[in-house]
Amino acid sequence: MSLLFKLLAQRIALGFLLLFLVSILIFAGTIILPGDVAQSILGQSATPEALANIRRDLGLNDPPVQRYFNWLGGLLQGDLGTALTSGKDIAESIGKRLGNTLFLAFWAAIISVPLAILLGLIAVRYRERWPDKLISAVTLASISVPEFLIAYVAIFVISVRLRWAPSVTTINDSMSLGEKLHTISIPIAVLTLVVLAHMMRMTRAAILNVMQSAYIETAELKGLRMFTIIWKHALPNSVAPVINVVMLNMAYLVVGVVVIEVVFTYPGMGQYLVDHVSKRDIPVVQACGLIFAAVYIGLNMVADIVSIIANPRLRHPK
Amino acid sequence: MNEELKFLSRQAAFGTISRRKFLGRAGALGVSAAAASTMLSSAVHAAGPQKGGTLRIGLQGGSTTDSLDPALAANTTAVNLIRMWGEPLVELTDDGGLQGKVAESFEASADATTWTFTIRKGITFSNGQEVTAADAAATLDRHAGEESKSGALGLLRDIKNVSTNGRDVIIELNNGNADLPYLMSDYHLIVQPNGGKDAPDAAIGTGPYIMKEVDMGVRFVAEKNPNYWGDIGHAEAIEMLVINDNTARVAALQSGQVDIIDRVPPRTAGLVARAPGITVSSTAGPGHYVFIAHVNTAPFDNPDLMMALKYGINRQEMVDKILFGYGSVGNDSPINAAYPMYEEMEQREYDPEKAAEYFKKSGHEGPVLLRTSDNSFPGAPDAAALFQQSLKAAGIELEIKREPNDGYWSEVWNNKPFCTSYWGGRSTQDQMFTTAYLSTADWNDTRYKSESFDKLLISARAELDQDKRKKMYADMGMMVRNESGLICPMFNDFVDAHTDKIGGWVEGVAGFSLMNGYAAQRMWVTG
Repeated sequence: MSLLFKLLAQRIALGFLLLFLVSILIFAGTIILPGDVAQSILGQSATPEALANIRRDLGLNDPPVQRYFNWLGGLLQGDLGTALTSGKDIAESIGKRLGNTLFLAFWAAIISVPLAILLGLIAVRYRERWPDKLISAVTLASISVPEFLIAYVAIFVISVRLRWAPSVTTINDSMSLGEKLHTISIPIAVLTLVVLAHMMRMTRAAILNVMQSAYIETAELKGLRMFTIIWKHALPNSVAPVINVVMLNMAYLVVGVVVIEVVFTYPGMGQYLVDHVSKRDIPVVQACGLIFAAVYIGLNMVADIVSIIANPRLRHPK
Repeated sequence: MNEELKFLSRQAAFGTISRRKFLGRAGALGVSAAAASTMLSSAVHAAGPQKGGTLRIGLQGGSTTDSLDPALAANTTAVNLIRMWGEPLVELTDDGGLQGKVAESFEASADATTWTFTIRKGITFSNGQEVTAADAAATLDRHAGEESKSGALGLLRDIKNVSTNGRDVIIELNNGNADLPYLMSDYHLIVQPNGGKDAPDAAIGTGPYIMKEVDMGVRFVAEKNPNYWGDIGHAEAIEMLVINDNTARVAALQSGQVDIIDRVPPRTAGLVARAPGITVSSTAGPGHYVFIAHVNTAPFDNPDLMMALKYGINRQEMVDKILFGYGSVGNDSPINAAYPMYEEMEQREYDPEKAAEYFKKSGHEGPVLLRTSDNSFPGAPDAAALFQQSLKAAGIELEIKREPNDGYWSEVWNNKPFCTSYWGGRSTQDQMFTTAYLSTADWNDTRYKSESFDKLLISARAELDQDKRKKMYADMGMMVRNESGLICPMFNDFVDAHTDKIGGWVEGVAGFSLMNGYAAQRMWVTG
């Protein structure tokens, strides 16, 4: 057991090291962006005096290394700083946006993950027969079409023609949970279509791999029903690759949905990040980048840990 | 018109029968949906404003990084937002004249160097405080101060002193300026308590609405200001949504989630207009799309080459293919009929032979390099390609370099010698020329430096004889057309759209899009 803890501690420490390295990368990226913060904030209507005033106020005349360490120091004390553009506390504004992003990702995952695994199981059960082929064809088609196109088609059919659900999914605090879910129903559906194929294909492949094993044959000879064999014997032994793909897709649902957010006008992290990149608001961009990196690293860590627990062999590396 | 239909449309306008029912009955009487819809909207208009309801508006341009401080407003969402809660001293009338807002009247001394604005009596800010002349003076002081980050700073440079006397604000200028009241209608110059020096982004002003919910770049809710002095502000509440994606904005209008949107893409405007219950309105404005060359930099310092380029552009083709007809041809001057003292001048046409002749005379060899980007104006790379083709007919080679959107305004525009760009226009000729064609202007993006032009501009400013002034501006327009590095192929219209659930749209309002940003306050919900 202590070996397991050691492994976990190692994983988590590595995660933090990775985060630190990522923060340096993000910082380097943000200073090589072309353009000037002050000019971007004031837009085309800026006068030289106004530009000089804003530059001085924002401390843009300090050297970049000093700015970076000031920021990192604040971060270690739990202070993300204030946005250069609006002067607001970053933690507070990000918190709300992150909440929205997680809300959408959560509901998309709740629907897509079980659905993908179930479809994977069905595909294995009816391998090389029409249900398998239908599932493969539909999911592969939906992953091959660009997500914004699926989104526009869904808006046109469901929102403009049928008027079942709104196309602008700006949720706010005064809505009830039911209203919120109704509002975001089209993006949930689109996201589900986008992530379904990857997870479903991996489930199918991993289980098929296990299905060649001797113990499956034994189970068959015992006269167990095919679905029981897949569910009870094959799935638990193919959890590791499946959980990896599931976590990658969940990370995508959190950090990769900028396009969906723009198309559906959803007030999540993606739009927030893009707005601040275009205004060169470095502290906000860095905070967003770090949060995204943390989500990505964290979810992958969860996948690793689950794999380790699910597979005793990984706990005892040679 | 059929009497029964007239009766029905009046009933629908007053809400006695539903809009759907009206359209159905009209259909039964053999009237097309589009015609019935138009009939209904004119009946709605005739019935006069209706009070109450929530008017929902979808806008382009807002960003999470925006501020409620009017000094920092720099996009159309910010302008529409400011119009909710605040007002400047004066505002444009529908035909481009001036009317009092916070100031009830204004007058100039004979030489236009001293201006007196009288604050409207008994009006209050939304926090209950009475508006004083000191508040207005402090507003000017904040925007013109040395520490100012205001977008209006450039307009206010010529102010020598601002003082108050009772309800009067007295502005003294270094040089006479007959257009000063126009400068005071600038959307940055919102009168705030103590000029907004204490709380610039508190959104406390004298406007018809009070901000209730503010989520920058996402959503705003404003409720009627019960103590508003004027007669606009019909809906009980206004909900503003920022919808930056063009397709999403149009879909929101079509699916009935918003009642009015701005910036319908010209490419699809015709299709949108065909949908029942939606009206697309095109409003001519001073905005223009330009190709700008620095006339102090080789090879554009060669006047013959400039002339060759000016004759080598097909303006009508650009209006047809880039603006899809939602605009008018330019004439290499930044001034069009949207300006109060516009005088028509001879239209410059596409003439490849003349262009070739000038090109030969210029002695220039090799291609001319033009920089462009997607965000320099909608369709800019396509316009550049059209320009390339029309120049080719004159034997001139144009090389197009595509630049990234990111950083275009700081790295390319007003920096590189030849690029695509746009101007939103200004409310007066003086402002437009002063912003971009005066020798000392920061944004002289064609590097046009002419002593005689500058002299004319300064003297026109103080000229109170309208006829003389008009002549002076016509001369200046001609100078810019012939001597500067401005190639202006087209003026773009504002294209807005609204559903028939709201009434009160006025065609051809001067200023910005959406009835100069007042559509939400001046229109009303019909049910």
